[in-house]
Amino acid sequence: MAMQFYASPEQIMRDRSELARKGIARGRSAVVLSYEGGVLFVAENLSSALHKVSEIYDRIGFAAVGRYNEFENLRRAGVRMADLNGLSYDRRDVTGRALANAFAQTLGAIFTEQSKPFEVEICVAEVGSTPDGDELYRLTYDGSVNDEPGRMAMGGQAEAITGVLKSEHRSDMSLGEAVKVAVKALGSVGGEGGAARTIAANQLEVAVLDRRRIGRTFRRITGAPLTALLNGGAAEEPAGGPQTPAVPTGEAHKPTTSAASADLERRESEDES
Amino acid sequence: MFTNAGTSSFTAFLSKVAPEMLPGRRPLPPGMAADMAPHATTIVAISAAGGVVMAGDRRATMGNLIAQRDIEKVHPADAYSLVGIAGTAGIGIELMRLFQVELEHYEKIEGAMLSLDGKANRLASMIRGNLGAAMQGLAVIPLFAGFDLAAADPAKAGRIFSFDVTGGPYEETGYDAIGSGSLFAKSALKKRFRAGLSIDDAVKLAVEALYDAADDDTATGGPDLTRRIYPVVMTATAEGTHRLTDAETAAIAEAVVSGRMENPGG
Repeated sequence: MAMQFYASPEQIMRDRSELARKGIARGRSAVVLSYEGGVLFVAENLSSALHKVSEIYDRIGFAAVGRYNEFENLRRAGVRMADLNGLSYDRRDVTGRALANAFAQTLGAIFTEQSKPFEVEICVAEVGSTPDGDELYRLTYDGSVNDEPGRMAMGGQAEAITGVLKSEHRSDMSLGEAVKVAVKALGSVGGEGGAARTIAANQLEVAVLDRRRIGRTFRRITGAPLTALLNGGAAEEPAGGPQTPAVPTGEAHKPTTSAASADLERRESEDES
Repeated sequence: MFTNAGTSSFTAFLSKVAPEMLPGRRPLPPGMAADMAPHATTIVAISAAGGVVMAGDRRATMGNLIAQRDIEKVHPADAYSLVGIAGTAGIGIELMRLFQVELEHYEKIEGAMLSLDGKANRLASMIRGNLGAAMQGLAVIPLFAGFDLAAADPAKAGRIFSFDVTGGPYEETGYDAIGSGSLFAKSALKKRFRAGLSIDDAVKLAVEALYDAADDDTATGGPDLTRRIYPVVMTATAEGTHRLTDAETAAIAEAVVSGRMENPGG
């Protein structure tokens, strides 16, 4: 008679956790932190086409590390959910907390029901009107959610990176300072014999949720503006600066503003005057 | 339902998970329903050097009544394109919002914008979805115009597309108008349009054409100087879409009205 192998639930969960942790630790890391002008995402990413950082909705951004196909699937789900809710209710009714909860449910269900968990770690960030109002949610492979205090690191050697962030990050930093701290934190691990590395601009994916914008606040910082920021150039406002969401960014073919948000912008700016 | 690999199109996604949110998917009782809801009226679009201008009057009518004096029928569809709505106002606004989300959704999912022709084709298929309702009198006809980022000659980057109830799109050369007053607006534009107009001249011409439409069509509202309600004028250029402020349109509309005081025919 064939013997059934028995594995205790604890053992199964431990094995799945170990698989997910190992998968995540192999990848390059990402850092999310709030600064004076918004929320900054910096990820080490050799590809300029396959993004680790993306826009979900007006004031909500998404960063992930781990397996691309798995977090891309979650990102698309997030965009669909946000757009559906925004159309059914109103653009202001789409919140980062609701999205984080939905991601947590999905990740939790996959972790317990599927034979292989998602090897991903995700950050859902919502920019507020002040740094205190920013919300950063960390979601891990098993569906647990953590509300992070203004900064977080994900991926391999996240503890060491978090250590650097903790000692150097302040929420009233300018964009230039914040980028430098983020890049220093990412470069603090993975060098020869534990030494710090320098990371070139073309290996970084940088984006912000700009709190001064109305409507779609997400924009990528690439090319010359990014190099200027890394080289300590003044914290110039790339592509138009605040309050001009109708102007597309340097990536002329990928503008980060749209329709509905331009409507919104006009209405609110008239209210102010 | 959100995590299927699925499509980049928001309307295709809606048709699977919430088909009741698509305007064309609602069963309607038989019979004509043309006079039960407000109608939006005249929109004009003019291509100019380096972009395109779209303007719409502010009136919505219900039979012989004015349903709304300050309705806004010209909206940005995305960062580089504009959409104006004529026909049944409620369905038109719903369709326009859906089209805005459709374009933004594609842009976020794919990380790149649709081409201008791609946008026009998407809008055409959304209009086609409303054909059943259109045959019962609840038709919606949009006018679509935008700055084509892929155009070889930036002077000819402003493009205009029109539609009919069965879809389209039909690309228009130079200018086009839709809605009840379009006949008169187009006649005015036919005589006064010149290729290579500057954006500023095209804006003035658009307001003039709307005045001519309002002059002869009761369903089109002219500039309302007493209530300070002026046409909505938007442009799409290489810098993106822009809506003229109320002060700017007021100045243009007042100049047009005072010109007509001397010469009513323009």
